Amino acid sequence: MAAIYSLYIINKSGGLIFYKDYGSAGRMDTNDSLRVASLWHSMHAISQQLSPTVGCLGIELLEADTFDLHCFQSLTGGYLNPFIYLFIYKHTRYWFFLPSTGTKLFVVCEPGTQHMEGLLKVIYELYTDYVLKNPFYEMEMPIRCELFDINLSQAIQKDRVALLGR
Amino acid sequence: MIGVGKIKQYANVLETPLSKGKQEVSLSAFAFLFSELVQYNQTQVDNIAELERRLEDAGYSVGARILELLCHRDKGNRRETRLLGILSFVHSTVWKVLFGKVADSLEKGTEHEDEYMISEKELLVNRFISIPKDMGTFNCGAFVAGIVRGVLDSAGFPAVVTAHFVPMEGQQRPRTTILIKFAEEVLRREARLG
Repeated sequence: MAAIYSLYIINKSGGLIFYKDYGSAGRMDTNDSLRVASLWHSMHAISQQLSPTVGCLGIELLEADTFDLHCFQSLTGGYLNPFIYLFIYKHTRYWFFLPSTGTKLFVVCEPGTQHMEGLLKVIYELYTDYVLKNPFYEMEMPIRCELFDINLSQAIQKDRVALLGR
Repeated sequence: MIGVGKIKQYANVLETPLSKGKQEVSLSAFAFLFSELVQYNQTQVDNIAELERRLEDAGYSVGARILELLCHRDKGNRRETRLLGILSFVHSTVWKVLFGKVADSLEKGTEHEDEYMISEKELLVNRFISIPKDMGTFNCGAFVAGIVRGVLDSAGFPAVVTAHFVPMEGQQRPRTTILIKFAEEVLRREARLG
């Protein structure tokens, strides 16, 4: 049984640039996966604004009855430090939040699957290596890199073996 | 300052020994720089053959310089004058300085007398590069082919050097072969030298 159902990578404007499903559970067609990606992007941004804590980076884990969703957000393309911005208009001070919007990776997996943060970090490393260092990849565009696919399936396989072995 | 006082003071700058240089640089830094080089050249060309030629030209000047440097640093201002000598110089010395290892294999072509092949299971410059399907047989190893051509040409062995992907049995990724085809005059000279 596959612990990971699917993997998504979305660019900073919420477009789906990579989607892969593993196993039969939770399989989606192209339109649905695009919808999930942009929905998650908006929910993530809203969660940052609604959060009572200052400097919240958005949802990291969503737990549902039938799945868990782990999200990892890269720090690039976003606003790293000051999350509150001051804006003065006609002698009135306005403070407001700017959501940080980097590239987001998220996996949908079986409820209660452990060590997903580690896997997401590994996948992010693969993304920086085999996608961003590839001269034929255009930023923010869908990912079509053979080496990324090969190394990704190896990483997922390794993770699955480690999980079964426990 | 670190190391001050350790350096022996030479009266004449020409007497100071040539330093070994820094042995390693960051792979990521190189990968990004190389990626930029390919991307820049891509904006300057209309077709893939031209892109390959430009990468090769970029490599050529690296090769010419590396020969000069290595002859001075490792060979005591001598250079190889025989065909097999220069080939093994490229295969081991040059490869080691550039990629930190000796090339995987050096073979003689079976069909032609004037062809030699240097093969590498995974060429360093191709480590992070996936060629899109629509670019066909294009190989960024053209840069390395240019380096080899630069070394050979400057050492007096003019040759045509090209990089190719060769599929390997039981391997997911093809290996890269640098094909060296020497000019006629080189082989004639070799034959004369016996």
